[in-house]
Amino acid sequence: MNRRSAAWLFLTPAMLVLGIFFLLPVLAGFGLSLTDYDLYALADIHNLRFVGLHNYWELLHRPLFWAALGHTLYFVIVGVPLSIMVSLGAALLLNSPLTRFKPFFRTALFAPVVTTVVAVAVIWRYLFNTKYGIVNFVLAHAGLHPIDWLGDPHWAMPMIILFAVWKNFGYNMIILLAGLQAIPLDLYEAARIDGATDLRQFRHITLPMLGPTLLLVGILTVSGYFQLFAEPYVITEGGPLQSTVSVLYLMYDQGFTWWNLGMASAVAFLLFLIMFAVTALMWRTGESSGKPA
Amino acid sequence: MRIGRSMAIAVGAILLLAGCASRRDDRLTLEFWTIGREGEAVTKLLPQFESEHPDIRVVVQQIPLKAAHQKLLTAYAGGSMPDITQLGNTWIPELAALHALEPLQQRVDRSQDIRESDYFQNIWATNRIDGVLYGIPWYVDTRLLFYRVDLLRQAGFDAPPQDWAQWQRQMDAIRAKSGGKRRGVLLPTNEYEQLQSLALQQPDPMLRDGGRYGNFESAGFKRALVFYVGLFKRGDAPPLTNVQVSNPWDEFGRGAFVFYLSGPWNIGEFRKRLPATQQADWSTAPLPGPSGPGASNAGGSSLVILRSSQHKDAAWKLIEFLSRPTMQRRFYELLGDLPPRRSAWDNKVLKDDPKLHAFREQLERVKPTPLVPEWEQIATEMQQIAARAIAGQLTVDQAAAQIDARTDVILAKRRWVMERQGDPGQ
Repeated sequence: MNRRSAAWLFLTPAMLVLGIFFLLPVLAGFGLSLTDYDLYALADIHNLRFVGLHNYWELLHRPLFWAALGHTLYFVIVGVPLSIMVSLGAALLLNSPLTRFKPFFRTALFAPVVTTVVAVAVIWRYLFNTKYGIVNFVLAHAGLHPIDWLGDPHWAMPMIILFAVWKNFGYNMIILLAGLQAIPLDLYEAARIDGATDLRQFRHITLPMLGPTLLLVGILTVSGYFQLFAEPYVITEGGPLQSTVSVLYLMYDQGFTWWNLGMASAVAFLLFLIMFAVTALMWRTGESSGKPA
Repeated sequence: MRIGRSMAIAVGAILLLAGCASRRDDRLTLEFWTIGREGEAVTKLLPQFESEHPDIRVVVQQIPLKAAHQKLLTAYAGGSMPDITQLGNTWIPELAALHALEPLQQRVDRSQDIRESDYFQNIWATNRIDGVLYGIPWYVDTRLLFYRVDLLRQAGFDAPPQDWAQWQRQMDAIRAKSGGKRRGVLLPTNEYEQLQSLALQQPDPMLRDGGRYGNFESAGFKRALVFYVGLFKRGDAPPLTNVQVSNPWDEFGRGAFVFYLSGPWNIGEFRKRLPATQQADWSTAPLPGPSGPGASNAGGSSLVILRSSQHKDAAWKLIEFLSRPTMQRRFYELLGDLPPRRSAWDNKVLKDDPKLHAFREQLERVKPTPLVPEWEQIATEMQQIAARAIAGQLTVDQAAAQIDARTDVILAKRRWVMERQGDPGQ
């Protein structure tokens, strides 16, 4: 047995698992998206029609799809940088030699990640209640007008973003903390001897050394945030005026509420393509900008 | 040695268990799914059924309302349906389209207990799809007005409104008296039932040509939509979703609004949640119509037998048992669910309850929503578009045209299937 076939032999189990649990469902999903599988087809398979790209055509002509895509992009573009900045800030604070009670803070900051979305969402709905919520109470004391968080289409998404950032930043914080701890301390020592300020140390040592970790965290977060669903589902139910309907929410509605599985598969496939393109682009730019350094 | 002994114990235990199981198995097991709160109450009625029918054992599975629709369709796809289930009557067309339900007319014809004439006519009608009877009404649900008697009197009115014009005058007075602080009515903008009820009061049906196309640009629907949107425009109804009003009962008690368009379950809620001193301050009234008392929706749940069931006769016995007027009254006492049979209403508990009078009256004036599988999706999208009209993004004409356009897209497959089957429709 030569090296080549040995390599293939070792790869086979992984390829099999990937093929059965990833490639096959993706292909089946694509196949389904070319049909009009729905309630009538479930009743009688003769009611199933092959419709080619009609589902995609209909989707691209539906304002709600574009609105949902817009809401999702809004969530990703604002939410991901915000989330990573908060994670990085928390990780830096936790990594600082001045911080006391580190294990306590580490646990406390990580706690939102392990809470249940539904339970926490109920509390957030109360916090952000327009009339009785504590958030508007605080705003009023600061002399600001109360905000109709759940009722104003312009404010519902920012609230969802705040919720998602709070809920998720702990996870990235732990990864970034590990990255920070891996940076050799003598680099900072040398920089201090050269008279570098804290800010310059951060820019020229911490950030470049953290580069690969940040890229990983970025890609994970982007692909996670593209799949926005649970937050609007439990907090706003897609409202007000459908301003928090995301692409995945649209898919859920089509597929599991109305049982239009053909259409839902088309939505899922479009989302897959978009996510694939975005993360591939991130990977490319991340790699090429990482090389010269 | 030790392994051998524990093996022997295990084998013995299995034999023992098998013995137990086989002894219980000579009774026939009926699987019964319930949706929402009904499951808990029905378990209190079942011991009597099981003692009357010692050969039948009923296993109740309670399904939460939010998961029910999905669970039913998944169970159908997976071939794991129960023998008998509770089914919201707006879901009957969907399961009938799947050929999942057993036709019941012959059993009704032979039955001593279940007589069609005793049931509220239009509630019964929701169970008949294309002429075939698929369900027996279990309890009814319709939307009408809950109102604050004291606040209405303060505004100068002794009786609840009979028609839209009176209703509007009362709300105008309430608005004027309170300087706009007190609202006339609460209509959560993400619930379609309220607009649906106003639309059902119109002579024009919401779908036309046997449920092939939308009919939302009809004069009737536009009249309902103008009235509905107008309530928000004039400030009579606050443009809030039910996500924002997390506790409508408290708000009603505080007098934030005078009318609340809602269903029978809120009788129990208001009795429970408002203090005893306030119980005389609220009442119910039939839904006012465009000219005189109007119709409302014929909602509720039915009992259906699944076509896949092996125990249809036993399932029918359970339906007959639960349909007895005495059982329906006990069901009302346990849960507050209103009986669908007139004879069940002929007794003190229901007759002498002043808060129920409006429901008894309204039930003679209910109308089914269009009996097509897609109705819930159409109604949901109707409401989403209506909410944009409330927000001022669309005029009433634009909204009606959009609802029609979306409805025609949603019904496209239905049209194709009907054409293929050569079905002339209803």
